[in-house]
Amino acid sequence: MGGLIAYLAGAVAGLAGLGAPRRPHRQARSRVEKSLCHWAFGLALAGALLEAAAAAAAIGQPAAATWSLPFGVPFFSWTVRLNALSAYFNLALGVLSAAVSIYSLGYVRGMEGRRNAGVLGFFYNILLLSLTLVFTAANAFFFLVAWEVMALSAYCLVSFEHEKEETRRAGIVFLIMSHAGTGLLLIAFLMLGQAGGTLDFAAWHHLASRLPAWEQGTVFVLFLLGFGVKAGIIPLHVWLPAAHPVAPSNISALMSGIVIKTGIYGMALVFFDFFAIPPMWAGMVVLGVGVVSALLGVLYALMEHDLKRLLAYHSIENIGIILIGFGAALVFRALGHPALAAIALIAGLYHTMNHAIFKGLLFLGAGSVLHATHTRNMEEMGGLIRRMPVTALCFLVGSIAISGLPPLNGFVSEWLTYQALLGGFGSTQKLARVVFPIAGALLALTAALAAACFVKAFGISFLALPRSEKAAEARETALSMRIGMGILAAGCVALGLGATWFLPIFDPITEQTMGGRFSAMLIAGNGFVLSAGTPRGGTVSTAEIAAMLVLLTALPGLFWLVWGRSSRRAAGPTWDCGLPGLTADNQYTATGFSKPIRMIFSALYRPRREIQAEYEVSPYYPTAIHFESEIEPTFEKRVYDPFLEWLLRVSRRLRAVQAGSIHAYLAYIFLALIALLLFGVRG
Amino acid sequence: MMGPTLGPVLKVLAQLAILLLLAPLVTGLIKLLKARLQMRRGPGMLQPYRDLYKLLRKGMVIPHTASWLFSATPYVVFSATLLAGLMVPTVAAETPIGLFGGVLAMVYLLGLGRFFLALGGLDTGSSFGGLGSSREMTIAALAEPTLMLAVFTVAIGAGSTTLAEMARAAIGQQWRFLAPSQILAFAALFLVLIAETGRIPVDNPATHLELTMIHEAMILEYSGPYLALIEWGASIKQLLLMTLLINVFWPFGLPQVWSASGLFTGLGWLLLKLFLLSCGIVLVETTNAKMRLFRVPELMATAFVLGALALVSTFLL
Repeated sequence: MGGLIAYLAGAVAGLAGLGAPRRPHRQARSRVEKSLCHWAFGLALAGALLEAAAAAAAIGQPAAATWSLPFGVPFFSWTVRLNALSAYFNLALGVLSAAVSIYSLGYVRGMEGRRNAGVLGFFYNILLLSLTLVFTAANAFFFLVAWEVMALSAYCLVSFEHEKEETRRAGIVFLIMSHAGTGLLLIAFLMLGQAGGTLDFAAWHHLASRLPAWEQGTVFVLFLLGFGVKAGIIPLHVWLPAAHPVAPSNISALMSGIVIKTGIYGMALVFFDFFAIPPMWAGMVVLGVGVVSALLGVLYALMEHDLKRLLAYHSIENIGIILIGFGAALVFRALGHPALAAIALIAGLYHTMNHAIFKGLLFLGAGSVLHATHTRNMEEMGGLIRRMPVTALCFLVGSIAISGLPPLNGFVSEWLTYQALLGGFGSTQKLARVVFPIAGALLALTAALAAACFVKAFGISFLALPRSEKAAEARETALSMRIGMGILAAGCVALGLGATWFLPIFDPITEQTMGGRFSAMLIAGNGFVLSAGTPRGGTVSTAEIAAMLVLLTALPGLFWLVWGRSSRRAAGPTWDCGLPGLTADNQYTATGFSKPIRMIFSALYRPRREIQAEYEVSPYYPTAIHFESEIEPTFEKRVYDPFLEWLLRVSRRLRAVQAGSIHAYLAYIFLALIALLLFGVRG
Repeated sequence: MMGPTLGPVLKVLAQLAILLLLAPLVTGLIKLLKARLQMRRGPGMLQPYRDLYKLLRKGMVIPHTASWLFSATPYVVFSATLLAGLMVPTVAAETPIGLFGGVLAMVYLLGLGRFFLALGGLDTGSSFGGLGSSREMTIAALAEPTLMLAVFTVAIGAGSTTLAEMARAAIGQQWRFLAPSQILAFAALFLVLIAETGRIPVDNPATHLELTMIHEAMILEYSGPYLALIEWGASIKQLLLMTLLINVFWPFGLPQVWSASGLFTGLGWLLLKLFLLSCGIVLVETTNAKMRLFRVPELMATAFVLGALALVSTFLL
């Protein structure tokens, strides 16, 4: 209960930041605005820290703490509750937003004089508050209110740089898709509300499983689609790579880090709390959606050379990995293996936290690069590792983590996901025995492609020679921005090496959903070793891998001592084939780097390219070459465009109903009334 | 017959010694066998040792464009590969640090080494480095799912992803490698081995012709001790993948645990089986021409299908 009060104090602190930055008007760009703007982010930081502390405190508490605001109308109460699941998501929110708030202090300085950063601070606080409320709302009504506030504040933040056409368009697409998703959620909530007679989440525990089979299916699909829009599952993802890159980078970090996780929170709530044991096909569907999202997400990411769009596509990939864990958990529940289901759920939730941390870090890093070079195009970066060493190091840590390489945090959650999938081999169900290993193999493909993609992202942006003047003159970012990134980079290391200390955090969640504590099963040996939970299952220890890596580096050091001391180290030019001097033009480009992938998966990309050489004497001696290459946006072109056309056609036809005659409208009202009365009498 | 089992530190040191000393020998052996099969005299089997010794003592040239990452890469590659090697059973089913990680950790540690190697290639600013990195990452990504499928097939049989358990399960059923699922998995893993170690028909370890090379292009700018570490790491990676294949599929003569006396019989069997597998690799390398880069995905797709068939046949046959 103490935790809940502290968290509310945090939320209020966030609220206090709201009013402040509103006052200065555009013409009054003065020190007042600057200090108020800093106040806004400072208060957000305080709120975030309080919230993280409160969530950490609340996570171990046995009973859910609830607290009602003392106003409201009958049926609709403004109640928040803090149970294990919501505390976990609040913890992720608190840690991420603390780092992002520190980062923002320096980031908004770049906006001074150009735009009103106070507005940014205002909506930033609203977004954080609404996110907290989404994670803690205790009934469907309050949840939807918070959900809408979140969507609207996120829309305002995405459209912050609204003078650009691209930004406006992305904002509108986001808003429309978000509302379509909310519509689906509303239907599903109403169906559950009708069945349960209340809108209270606490009363909906295992409620969905008491519905008739077809209603169960409908509710499940509605929730999957409704939350899926927000999470960015394929094919409902189209808003995500449009909206995340155009937002200011600190907002992108929040959007990718935690806003899309509200969809994951919703799914966790529905799949593991509202449903006792969902039908088998439901788990398979979630698993399939996860695999498709993960693979297509990374494949599209590989084709991007806009750094922020690349990261946005990786969010789709990681949501897919989380859903692979959730899907496996659902299948295991349907098959009656609670322990395996718990491992799969833990894998998914662990990846949720990890993704919040490393994707937040990567977006902040991209923001620093954008800040320094004023471009999102990787082809105009390069050589930044020398100009911005701290940013480069942080981005490298994030890249290793997101590629799932040991010993950082991405490896831990992917390892748990593999172990969960491997657990399915022993099952007696034929389908599961084939599906799970295939899903595992595709997860391996996804992870390897992600590594390729981040070699490209880091290598092209940060290494070798600068590809443009702006990159050559880049400067390291402000201290507060470096601190913000440093916190998240430290988080990646801590969640990787300290995995066994972090695991007990899931005990209350599995107790709430699966009725058991499982973390002890996952820790073996001397307390540093993760185990798959089965007696002969796999084990891994990231802490000891890290220690051994350091120890083994001593070996080459020894060689050097014995033989190498007398050897000379000279700096020389890179081999340039004897041509006069190596320039940035000789370097591999991001487009070139991903060309093999583009060729191999051309059936998916349907690439189009155009080369025009300008020449004066002979085509073999071109004076200039114009190269254009693009891939087909399959989903936009094949799914959304036809649907949009159909929608417009139908609306055009429906326009006939709207004749503009008041008599006709009165007739409609009358007919509708009669129909409702008949419906009421019959019911 | 069994002597006293060795202590953990001794085991780690012994396995390190085996990996470090045996790896160049296997590279030399393959080169020699290949030369003889092609009616050439070829360098002696010990040539890789001489190469490493010489490289370690030589001076080196670091490109102007390179950053600290270029210098860190050889160390990361070397120690990550060596650590992955410690997770593989060599002369006994037991691995020295089995608790630290199984086959998944091994695969991902190799991935860590590759990640840094590819970055090191890009860091030089040369088009060759970029070319090599791009191709290496692509081919590795295509080989990865097959590797996992084949490993899963074996793991299903053993009920574990710990390599020691997998080898133990194989010891329990000496003739299991003749089962259809195991033959298919072996074939798939063999193709992965060819791709991962950069051998014909995927890559040509002997060439420095710019347009055809992959691994060599990536490490073109490395010289002296750094090159020695990378080359040594590459041969350790080759050794550990070969050992994995050998001990998981043909565990004849493999002792259960490390012991002083078992060490030598285990080592003898390992050398014999490494020789046989090298012969297989040499045959493939000599009878095939290098593929065009964009034919490699077809080979990898074949390997994936083999892996999938292996998996399905564990249930059906």
